[in-house]
Amino acid sequence: MNQDIEARKQELLKEGYEEVYTRTKVLTDAVMHYCPGCGHGTTHRLIAEVIDEMGIQDNVVGVSPVGCSVLAYNYFDVDFQEAAHGRAPAVATAIKRLNPDTFVFTYQGDGDLAAIGTAETIHAANRGENMTMIFVNNGIYGMTGGQMAPTTLVGMRSATTPYGRRVDLNGYPLRMTELLSTLPGTYYVTRQSVQNPAAVRKAKAAIRKAFENQRR
Amino acid sequence: MAFKGQIIIDTERCKGCGVCVPVCPMKCIALSKNVNGKGYNYTETVNDSCIGCASCAMVCPDGVISVYKKKI
Repeated sequence: MNQDIEARKQELLKEGYEEVYTRTKVLTDAVMHYCPGCGHGTTHRLIAEVIDEMGIQDNVVGVSPVGCSVLAYNYFDVDFQEAAHGRAPAVATAIKRLNPDTFVFTYQGDGDLAAIGTAETIHAANRGENMTMIFVNNGIYGMTGGQMAPTTLVGMRSATTPYGRRVDLNGYPLRMTELLSTLPGTYYVTRQSVQNPAAVRKAKAAIRKAFENQRR
Repeated sequence: MAFKGQIIIDTERCKGCGVCVPVCPMKCIALSKNVNGKGYNYTETVNDSCIGCASCAMVCPDGVISVYKKKI
């Protein structure tokens, strides 16, 4: 099957077609376990494409979290370290301080970064650690069955708030981007979406900028 | 200047999420009635109006779409 596709690609190139887009080689051939249509796949692809474009594949270390993306190290063809739940910024701090020339990024969901790892996240940002944190926020704990997370929006239904999140009962959602943007140690904070092609292109530019900012 | 495009879909990797279907400006992608080895209705091209804009490839979570284009 794979050889058929490669043969068809070669045929098109011979017919005068030029390549616009193809899957980057920084992603491995493993089939991702994410649900159909999940934004994790898109985000993985964008990070891999940025690493590919910058030519830093042999000089980048990722830190994967606990959550749906716990197996992220199977999909990137770069060095990876698994961290305890929520502690990816702490692990990434150590990696970056010991290898200052390496590009370090963490890949975290909202249950990891905004719930159990809030302290590590805020302190790593406030110390001004020279690393990139990719925060994938879907507003629920997707892996365990869709329970309410700190980032669940007001009125949003989840397994534990079947009538929508109520402010008087569950409090307000945590807005991590706005929270981190007030800290003096952060250099670049942005919120992006991957819901349509234009948003995906913007998100890719943002990830590129975040990685470029690690250069001294 | 117009472009003619071709997309190649790795149907065995496709999960049939259908994210690429509504974003195609030329409406040339649709879910197939057939299923692949994992039982997903994979996507396929239904006409040759593709212009090679790569919108489908941009949103595909699994990166199964390769896009090629040439001037006509």
